[in-house]
Amino acid sequence: MQIYLPIAEVSVNAFLLLGLGGLVGVLSGMFGVGGGFLITPLLFFIGIPPAVAVATSANQIVASSISGVLAHFRRRTVDLKMGCVTLVGGLIGAALGVVVFNYLKSLGQVDLLVRLCYVVFLGIVGGLMFIESANAIRRSRQAAKAGRSAPVKRNKHNWVHALPFKMRFRTSGLYISVIPPIFVGFAVGILSAVMGAGGGFIMVPAMIYLLHMPTKVVIGTSLFQIIFVAGFTTFLHATTNYTVDVVLALLLLIGGVIGAQFGTQIGTRMKAEQLRILLALLVVMVCVKLGLELVLHPSELYTLAPVGEG
Amino acid sequence: MRLLLVLLLTLLPALGQAEEVVLGLSRNNVAITANFDGSELLIFGAVKREEPIRQDLPLEVIITVTGPSTAVTVRRKERTFGIWVNRDSVDVDVAPSFYAVATTGPMTDVLKDIEDLRYKISINRAIRSVGAPSNILDAERFTDALIRIRQNRGLYLEDEGGVELDEQTLFRTSLRLPANLTEGRYKTRIFLTRGGDVISNYETEIEVRKVGLERWLYSLSRNQPMLYGLMSLAIAVAAGWGASEAFRLLRNS
Repeated sequence: MQIYLPIAEVSVNAFLLLGLGGLVGVLSGMFGVGGGFLITPLLFFIGIPPAVAVATSANQIVASSISGVLAHFRRRTVDLKMGCVTLVGGLIGAALGVVVFNYLKSLGQVDLLVRLCYVVFLGIVGGLMFIESANAIRRSRQAAKAGRSAPVKRNKHNWVHALPFKMRFRTSGLYISVIPPIFVGFAVGILSAVMGAGGGFIMVPAMIYLLHMPTKVVIGTSLFQIIFVAGFTTFLHATTNYTVDVVLALLLLIGGVIGAQFGTQIGTRMKAEQLRILLALLVVMVCVKLGLELVLHPSELYTLAPVGEG
Repeated sequence: MRLLLVLLLTLLPALGQAEEVVLGLSRNNVAITANFDGSELLIFGAVKREEPIRQDLPLEVIITVTGPSTAVTVRRKERTFGIWVNRDSVDVDVAPSFYAVATTGPMTDVLKDIEDLRYKISINRAIRSVGAPSNILDAERFTDALIRIRQNRGLYLEDEGGVELDEQTLFRTSLRLPANLTEGRYKTRIFLTRGGDVISNYETEIEVRKVGLERWLYSLSRNQPMLYGLMSLAIAVAAGWGASEAFRLLRNS
């Protein structure tokens, strides 16, 4: 069934969009990532104009994140206090990110820089997570052989704990300075506005490895803060660039919210290390795909854009 | 089924033109609805003349349909430090979002170059690039790329021999309007030529516009962006919450 999208001004198959939304929704629920880093390139691929794809996926991320976060709320795996603190940084970062985005657009290099950002960040994050979770799984296997539970030792005391403005985060069981969470939120906010993604794929590892939050809490908290950052981004795009396609968003999010519910169910049945290694693999795969596109000879050397736009 | 709306338009009395066009269109407006998936456009008409048909040179017909024009930046990638980067760019000042040209025979036979230049009929002429930056020596490659990309998307069509002409009087052609059509007035031109010279031309417009929900959403996004943004968010929130509740009920039952 073909459907004409009023803002994107293209006609696409409705079931294809529902499927895409569903797939990304499952991942979103499983890993606590908004899925923007997957859905935005996928939308480019099916012929949605990039500006519309970026803005609309932000809207779809809001829906799938809400669906996911409610499930986490019921299991009390959302650290509201931590979410709010990172959100403060996130909103400031997103606003700054839009300014950066428009500047890059005026240089005509936004496409390249967005891709480079993806490759670099996905590469680093995915690689580190993969190594860490592979080690964790090996350790727990060895521990199982030795017949005792595996205490995963993490370095609990580093420079992060030396900073001022300490605050107690009960749900996460942390007593740390608010500076690192705000900074993490801020950095993710910038990146999410520039890259057209919720930023969960950076937020989740940052919370685990930088803030040392428990993995189970991380996903709910990350989803919670993504809702607001993605919502803010949607609103900015809708009011400044008129690029949010509500029909496209609706189709994606119908698939997305249903997928997210299944994803959350799958996520709770899996071990934290397994969850992390799967996310790491996924991140690395997207990274390799985007990296190859930069290096391989493109089939079409020329690209078109309206004058004055990226 | 599509309503076949026959609209016959008679010309103003043309002065000094021995042959003139009487045109029919299968539709003089194209409505973009929610399930719009392209459209077939039938253009047909007749040549009206007061004198007997000239026998020296055959009559030829050229039909063009031009979508709204915008300026387009064409960028070319080059390999720099191993990765492909946008380097040179050329602004094409006038490039129609859609352009179709159909003729009764090969373009070189039915139209002289000088007439093409004057009426801007062939695709290459319909696109105008005023001046490329002086450091770009192969500017025509950029316009060629523009044409190639849009031809691949079905936005630029050239159909030599696509117009059927009976008895030098009745002509017809059908054009495929693609699904990714933009809104606006599509200028439709009919040229009659003999020996490559344009002897008569006729112009009308086809209105392409979104209707119903498509129209409403589009206008809302432009006129009330705040409201539109909030509506989009409200839908997202409602869908997210709704799905979560629905699944909870499903599991509890």
